[in-house]
Amino acid sequence: MIAETGHFALVLALAVALVQMILPAYGAWKGDHAMMRVGTPAALAQLALVAIAFLALTLAFVVSDFSVALVANNSAVDKPLIFKISGVWGNHEGSMVLWVLILALYGALVALFGRNLPDRLKANVLAVQGSVGVAFLLFILATSDPFLRLDPAPFEGAGLNPILQDRALAFHPPWLYAGYVGFSMTFSFAIAALMEGRVDAAWARWVRPWALAAWLALTIGIAMGSWWAYYTLGWGGFWFWDPVENASLMPWLAGTALLHSAIVAEKRGALKSWTILLAILAFSLSLVGTFLVRSGVLTSVHAFAVSPARGVFVLAILGVFVGGSLTLYAWRAPMLKTGGLFAPISREGALLFNNLLLTASAAAVFIGTLYPLLLDAVGGPKITVGPPFFNTTFVPLWAPLLVMVPFGPMMSWKRGDIVAAGQRLIFAAGAAFVVCLVLYGVVSDGPWLAPIGMGVAVWLVIGALSEIAWRVKLFTAPAGESWRRARGLPRAAWGTMLAHGGLGIAVAGIVGVTAWKSERIVALPEGGTTSISGYELTLEKVGTRGGPNYDATTGVVRVERGGEFVTFLLPERRRYPTERQEKTEPAIYTTGFSDLYVVLGEGNRAGEWALRAYVNPLAPFIWLGGMVMALGGLVSLTDRRLRVGAPQRARTKGRSAAAPAE
Amino acid sequence: MKLSAFLFALLFALTPATAFAVISPDEKLSDPGLEARAREVSKELRCLVCQNESIDDSDAELAKDLRMLVRKRILAGDTNEEVKQYLVARYGEFVLMRPPFQPATWLLWLGPGAILLGGAVGIVLFLRRSSRRDENATGNPALSEAERRRLDEIVKNDPPE
Repeated sequence: MIAETGHFALVLALAVALVQMILPAYGAWKGDHAMMRVGTPAALAQLALVAIAFLALTLAFVVSDFSVALVANNSAVDKPLIFKISGVWGNHEGSMVLWVLILALYGALVALFGRNLPDRLKANVLAVQGSVGVAFLLFILATSDPFLRLDPAPFEGAGLNPILQDRALAFHPPWLYAGYVGFSMTFSFAIAALMEGRVDAAWARWVRPWALAAWLALTIGIAMGSWWAYYTLGWGGFWFWDPVENASLMPWLAGTALLHSAIVAEKRGALKSWTILLAILAFSLSLVGTFLVRSGVLTSVHAFAVSPARGVFVLAILGVFVGGSLTLYAWRAPMLKTGGLFAPISREGALLFNNLLLTASAAAVFIGTLYPLLLDAVGGPKITVGPPFFNTTFVPLWAPLLVMVPFGPMMSWKRGDIVAAGQRLIFAAGAAFVVCLVLYGVVSDGPWLAPIGMGVAVWLVIGALSEIAWRVKLFTAPAGESWRRARGLPRAAWGTMLAHGGLGIAVAGIVGVTAWKSERIVALPEGGTTSISGYELTLEKVGTRGGPNYDATTGVVRVERGGEFVTFLLPERRRYPTERQEKTEPAIYTTGFSDLYVVLGEGNRAGEWALRAYVNPLAPFIWLGGMVMALGGLVSLTDRRLRVGAPQRARTKGRSAAAPAE
Repeated sequence: MKLSAFLFALLFALTPATAFAVISPDEKLSDPGLEARAREVSKELRCLVCQNESIDDSDAELAKDLRMLVRKRILAGDTNEEVKQYLVARYGEFVLMRPPFQPATWLLWLGPGAILLGGAVGIVLFLRRSSRRDENATGNPALSEAERRRLDEIVKNDPPE
């Protein structure tokens, strides 16, 4: 019954989504307010129905209803409750239901909180959002039904892939999807604007909170995924340029560009059509990511050709939305009025430079990820595009971008003064220079570029703080005056500081781990010792212990530093009998500034155990930086100007605004 | 020449000197210099049965075999490039993590740069066009006949205060 209820709710949701797609848009076209108003209840009903389906599926997982094929294939009775729940989206069908749930949630949010939107804009936004819902609900019902029954039902399920049985990973997909799908909101606003043929400052301000929310969720999702990869995959890497990772990085890069260009559109009325294009691109790249991950095309183009139903369906969705929106863009964008003028050296110019490099790096990831697939599809040679390609293309694009970041907020609009901006950043530049020189003096190993990388990190962090210091006139005005100014600063300014400073922290972590990682691979008998970067490790004992749904071979590693006891580390090799799989579980001791990372390998006939130890300097900074960036997004999101809502749209409908699409 | 050498160094400087690996202790060569070379080569070679992992990262059986093979070739006196070519001869270019620069990969290697360049040119044109529009707007305020008539009408119709 539960499964049928869920299935029925999905079908109803599709019907409601169809209504939400057609009626409000038709109403907006004909100027029929009653029809336009259908959007709001339809969006709410869609959320309710998809939520019912999602809860039904979750319930089936929680009670281990193995008569539902999906549950039987992806869950097991002895799995801890949290992984039964996360198992709902730990598979293709369930993750698509989560995708649609988040989509419906965004739609409902704009229906509820979009009261200050003009009726026609709101109707069109909800209609576009409804059309995305129609596409993906159809996809689920036609190719990926999560509620298929199994007869006879097995007594035990096949379990969940052990590497997915992890607390951080449990919440990685919801954040990631909140980001991916969040860009459907900016997409809907962009399409609605093109349908109306007008973009103004108010539009840009309505879009910004959604872009911020999506960006912030995607940042958290990517950081969590990278952290998970770091402590799960067993060799301490944090980013692998894997196509699945690239799939999330592309919309992030486009979304970051969108966030910045929307500021120009809001504050200066310039770059409007570019902002619209970025909104379309960010969501298109989210769809590309969904296609890459969900079609099976990654394992091999041939695997995709063997069971093409899902892949072709997502490809069709991709074609309709990307092709349709770009066509609409090509048709309507020239009608958008170009706004405020600016000199190349200005805040606008800096943001444009940011956009150029971010878009180019998104393109680099796009090309590198899809090139082998396309080459293979057209009968070319089979090639591999691995990390060396991405490192060689990414570093030269990002180096100038990172150097420019602190300049941006220091420039004034329209016509900036780069010398004055440089003077305000003199302290940051000095600090970066000193750090760089000291590192060259102190650290002898590692690549020669690494100290410069650390200098850039310091430049970013101090540069971000300098902006606030300059704005509140720290040290140049009395302390009381500075305090008053600090309290008067808009939250968005604090958000900028956090996001840019967090970027610096993450850069420090990435440079530290990449350049100064040390490693020790040894075979140790019980009682044997080894040392790495000042730590002495003793493999005291190797024993077995049981977990809730696995058995583990556990090494007891005593860690000392300079003869002082530091901690015990317990790296494990786990065997999951239900899933018939193994997983290594590294043990990590962190000082906050560096990680000691220990992995237990296999034993040999001589009774020795392979032990791999790494010291990863500054590793925690990578994710700390990511979280600070996300916090910056959150602080910006609470800016009064965004909460209170946008100013009224200009009432006059002079020649200046292109005529609405009627 | 100097510049390209600099760029080359810039591109490779951030590639990690010591990377993550799942190699087991018994695979390691006793000579640390040769072992370091083996690691460097391993990172550039794909584990053919894995998804996007180098043989240095993978714990698949095949990766282990290839790691042994790389070490055997290095002990036999091959240069890094010769080891790679040896594997390319056996497995094709698919085994290289860094695709070679050849006609089939021109678009791949030059694409990002071309987009950057195209974007930069676009921005320059945009800025020049808008600054010209600026000059027109301030330097040439002439109205068309129709506009002037419309303005007069507005002024005339405005009720006096």
